[in-house]
Amino acid sequence: MKSLNVIINGLVKENPTFVLLLGMCPTLGTTSSAINGMSMGLATTFVLICSNVVISLIKNLVPDKVRIPCYVVVIAAFVSVLQMCMEAYVPAIYETLGLFIPLIVVNCIVLGRAEAFAAKNNAWYSALDGVGIGLGFTFALTLLGAIRELLGTGKVFSMTIFAESYGALIFVLAPGAFIALGYLIAIVNRLRKA
Amino acid sequence: MKLESNFKNMVLVLTIISLIAAGVLGSVYQVTEEPIAKAKAEKQQNAIKQVLGNFDRLEEEVLEGITLYKGYVADEFVGAAVEASENGFGGEVKIMVGFDKEGNILDYAVLQQAETPGLGTKMVDWFKTDKGNQNIKGKNPGEKQLSVSKDGGDIDAITAATISSRAFLGAVNKAYAAFSGGDVNAVSGAPNVHHQSAESASCDSLQSTVADSLSVITDSINVIND
Repeated sequence: MKSLNVIINGLVKENPTFVLLLGMCPTLGTTSSAINGMSMGLATTFVLICSNVVISLIKNLVPDKVRIPCYVVVIAAFVSVLQMCMEAYVPAIYETLGLFIPLIVVNCIVLGRAEAFAAKNNAWYSALDGVGIGLGFTFALTLLGAIRELLGTGKVFSMTIFAESYGALIFVLAPGAFIALGYLIAIVNRLRKA
Repeated sequence: MKLESNFKNMVLVLTIISLIAAGVLGSVYQVTEEPIAKAKAEKQQNAIKQVLGNFDRLEEEVLEGITLYKGYVADEFVGAAVEASENGFGGEVKIMVGFDKEGNILDYAVLQQAETPGLGTKMVDWFKTDKGNQNIKGKNPGEKQLSVSKDGGDIDAITAATISSRAFLGAVNKAYAAFSGGDVNAVSGAPNVHHQSAESASCDSLQSTVADSLSVITDSINVIND
């Protein structure tokens, strides 16, 4: 039962994007289309799960005063592994996400969950927390990406919904990310209070 | 149960963790090194095939930092795929352009770009779509002026991405210059040779004016020598 709660917690109650407002840089930067948002979310999910498990396993071996550098080394190692694997096996996605992959290292969601959850729980729950938070992040990024892609170009996942000439260019650009995210957070807050 | 934070423990733990991470990274690098190189080579080969069409044999030639892949069918020169780059809005734009032996553009492929998604990234197929004056396929940069219409050229720029369009066309012109054996530096940064636009105060127009005067001077020297 607790396992399920941990996942639900990450997906809904502590959704990193809509509730905790963590990791705003990739949220705003990579969501110009639904597929970009989803790939970024899944890449972060992979790093979150791996780093959460390893950090919860080594938490008793790491002296308190150097725990942050140790966690960062672990996270950075996983990000580099992911980066090399993506470049080798899915070069197309690697090219679109470009700089945002190495930036997962400094994504505060990953370090935040390491510090707030993995350092206090066992490996199993930490893995589940990684899954929950990761999927919550992926869901938020995909939704935001889909909305921006639809309003900006009339497409979702590259499938045309309406003609591109009706799209508002601003939604593909950075200001559109702020506008769309703002409205999404407002809607989520309204639903949470109801 | 937790290790005490004394100097010895801290140094030891950090060193061990870093060593393990380095080991893991090293082995992953070894595993992925080959597929990464293969993916890159494959992409380049595909691009050459796409822009050049049929050929039996390729000859590689490097000219002022621009790589030409000359294609031959039964020892007859049929055209070349030229790899050229120019600085765009978000970094380097690297393209592969195919020319037939007369210098007409056969096709192009974008190898690398970091332009704004949804705007500059449209260059991938914008300049081969038949709509208005945006298609560059079949055009000859020696006859037509391949620069954006805002700069007095013959090509429609990507909507809201003039800088990316300029970079793209600049790279095409560089590729043509290398292909036709001309001076690559004369076109760098200034995709358009003749300025008619109102914004001629811009720095690339200055550069092209300098390039123009230089070519006039070289021409006169040639005349004198004759």
